[in-house]
Amino acid sequence: MKLSALHQSYLSRRSNSFRSSGPLDSASDAGYKSSAAVFWLILHGLCCLISLVLGFRFSRLVFFLLFSTSSSNLYTPPLRSAAELAKTLDVHSVQSTNPVANTLQLPLPNKTATNSRVIVGRHGIRIRPWPHPDPVEVMKAHQILERVQKEQRLQFGVKDPRTVIAVTPTYVRTFQALHLTGVMHSLMVVPYDLIWIVMEAGGVSQETASLIAKSGLKTIHVGFNQRMPNSWDERHRLESKMRLHALRIVREKKLDGIVMFADDSNMHSLELFDEIQNVKWFGAVSVGILTTSTNSAESLDRKEDEENPRMPIQGPACNASNMLAGWHTFNILPFAGKHAVNIDDRLTVLPRKLEWSGFVLNSRLLWKGGEDKPEWIKDIDMLDGDVESPLGLVTDPSVVEPLGSCGRQVLLWWLRVEARTDSKFPPRWVIDPPLDITIPSKRTPWPDAPPELPAKEKPEMGIQDPIVKHATKTRTSRSKHRSKRKHETRTDTQASTRHAEQN
Amino acid sequence: MRISFWGLLVIAFGFSWSITAFEHNPRTERISGSAGDVLEDDPVGKLKVYVYELPSKYNKKILQKDPRCLSHMFAAEIYMHRFLLSSPVRTLNPQEADWFYTPIYATCDLTPTGLPLPFKSPRMLRSAIQLISSSWPYWNRTEGADHFFVVPHDFGACFHYQEEKAIERGILPLLRRATLVQTFGQQNHVCLKEGSITIPPYAPPQKIQARHIPPETPRSIFVYFRGLFYDVNNDPEGGYYARGARAAVWENFKNNPLFDISTDHPTTYYEDMQRAIFCLCPLGWAPWSPRLVEAVVFGCIPVIIADDIVLPFADAIPWEEIGVFVAEEDVPKLDTILTSIPPEVILRKQRLLANPYMKRAMLFPQPALPGDAFHQILNGLARKLPHSKNVYLKPGEKILNWTAGPVGDLKPW
Repeated sequence: MKLSALHQSYLSRRSNSFRSSGPLDSASDAGYKSSAAVFWLILHGLCCLISLVLGFRFSRLVFFLLFSTSSSNLYTPPLRSAAELAKTLDVHSVQSTNPVANTLQLPLPNKTATNSRVIVGRHGIRIRPWPHPDPVEVMKAHQILERVQKEQRLQFGVKDPRTVIAVTPTYVRTFQALHLTGVMHSLMVVPYDLIWIVMEAGGVSQETASLIAKSGLKTIHVGFNQRMPNSWDERHRLESKMRLHALRIVREKKLDGIVMFADDSNMHSLELFDEIQNVKWFGAVSVGILTTSTNSAESLDRKEDEENPRMPIQGPACNASNMLAGWHTFNILPFAGKHAVNIDDRLTVLPRKLEWSGFVLNSRLLWKGGEDKPEWIKDIDMLDGDVESPLGLVTDPSVVEPLGSCGRQVLLWWLRVEARTDSKFPPRWVIDPPLDITIPSKRTPWPDAPPELPAKEKPEMGIQDPIVKHATKTRTSRSKHRSKRKHETRTDTQASTRHAEQN
Repeated sequence: MRISFWGLLVIAFGFSWSITAFEHNPRTERISGSAGDVLEDDPVGKLKVYVYELPSKYNKKILQKDPRCLSHMFAAEIYMHRFLLSSPVRTLNPQEADWFYTPIYATCDLTPTGLPLPFKSPRMLRSAIQLISSSWPYWNRTEGADHFFVVPHDFGACFHYQEEKAIERGILPLLRRATLVQTFGQQNHVCLKEGSITIPPYAPPQKIQARHIPPETPRSIFVYFRGLFYDVNNDPEGGYYARGARAAVWENFKNNPLFDISTDHPTTYYEDMQRAIFCLCPLGWAPWSPRLVEAVVFGCIPVIIADDIVLPFADAIPWEEIGVFVAEEDVPKLDTILTSIPPEVILRKQRLLANPYMKRAMLFPQPALPGDAFHQILNGLARKLPHSKNVYLKPGEKILNWTAGPVGDLKPW
């Protein structure tokens, strides 16, 4: 029908044009002929609209209804939104306009209809009214996933997994919530028993305690009565001291398990926790070092023709027979003179030669008077000096077991990022509860910020000046506290008034 | 009194010892189908197969013309021939043979894109049968009832890729009495003969073995599927391809994060299947697909959406206990069905799938291993023995009609 309509309209258009060249012909004839053409055009347009609405060409349907002699199954159009199905005849066989072929096709549908329940041909696409996930079913699916994974762990995972004892040195600062939450979430997903020892510089504080309480893990929150210093060197040293203190706690409480060092700004993969279960006494894993390159503008045009700079890795190095042959340490030379000294310098922060987080040890090594303790472990109580890296705990560094397919797998990443003078708070950052004492700062470091800061903003960030900081080391570290408590307000007013005097 | 006491103690000890021995391997479970515990049977000694010597134009020359036939999913016919040539069940004395095999590669006429064209296959088979019936007396004495042919094409011996045309043609008249070894299986369908043996499609075993990931990798994908939902080239409106079932899966579950379904071709397809719990195996243009083989080998529970399908080696493998069958009309409720399966049932299915004989029965390894698909085919043939009496024709009796079928099939090849 469409074809014939097209044909008709084409002919009528041709005849019209022909006629227009000869206006002497009867105008009434032209009018009559053109109305027929217009009628076919309108009909054609109507059929197109109907097809558009229905979503398929219904000319086949018309053919079928007009030309088929008898039909055992009626054809109902498959609407996409319909929930019911209509089983159909062999539509392709009906496509042929030859009526003789149709009668030949008739025995065929009967054959399939009686022999099989499944009929060849066009079927509707069933869509249920609300094709979206049901939350109850999603929960059931997750329970199934958990059960299957538990079974997999039982069958293929580590036999007799030991408790993981994670040691985290931390202190209250701007980015503490960011880093500590990251570590906390990693530890919450570990499938083994976990004890989390959190050492806090500057004493036990409410912020850290409330953060840790959200984890639901077994935590030991200990305060260290020294404040966190401002330079990276001293910070590393204090962290080492805090870690040793934590090891002493492990010894006192006779905790049994595997001690690993989860620094609060590191990133851990879950394979790490599976891998450290393989340690016997003292193991080492490879740590990827993510140095923040703040001088990226210069480094970009320098390194354009070079290949991608590879991530430096610290960890055990093995020879061909998979025995420990040496250590990959961090090469400080490229950064000579260009690394950050103080915590909010805008330069690269460097790790130590060998980071604590790359080592794990069996907690029985720390017990007093252990039965089968190896003789190469030093007694912690005897250590009073600084221990740079865990290798200082052993007399013979060759006994260390390389883990993670002999150091080839990087299982955790080291990063140190702290808030700087040019750090901006993310939008919608809320300081809760609001600060008690706030004073407007005279110089804001943000040129686009309004000069009048609202009371809720933290004005102390604007006061950080390298010169000022050098003199008031302890005060600026305290000013990094985001929320103040009543017992600290008096000392802070003193600090802020002193700043006001100096400014 | 004392002796009975000690005897009781010994019995109790032995009982507990046997129980612990039973739980020695909790990872897998024994598989026994409707024909019994036959998956590990050894066919050697149970049957004898005679391989006809056909001229190489029926097999070797075809393969030389297109070596792609060795790796596509219809390659079972070629590997079956090679296996039988060197198998202990082969006999060189046709008088003592129970079964006769005709090595003809009928599915090796490929288009440039790799799809086989079945148009010459009927003529090829007809010419082969004419040859064997004239050169050896064994065809005529049973009219092919103790012969078997491997026809792995889409619709078996109907030799067409379109279902209506295949139904129209029906099984090749000359093969009406022979046993057909085919991948296609659908109940009450013209192209599935009574007594046929359904086999899995060929999947390259080396590729599959090379892509195993450690078994402790947790299965974190709930439902996985990669493939077409709409075949826009051949069925743009939808509803024809897969009887609308694949399109229904897409429309109902494209927003569901539990269903990892898409039309991508990822390079990590095999690895992803090993990280999934359920793998969908819906029908396409034909009800069978290599997805079933891949799902079984990778330990992913197959969800079979194909009404009335007959799965490979259905009498040796209890598919209802291993896979999940969903009727095509229940596809919109697929998520409800899958999440309401109790976890113990899911774990049991995974244990059945972990049985190494189950995985091996789906593959065609070279060289052949005991319990693989070749041996399952021979087991199936052995289970049909001994032949019934009416297999042998009386002298002068003729059942097959040599001139039946479309005229184009009668042309010599």
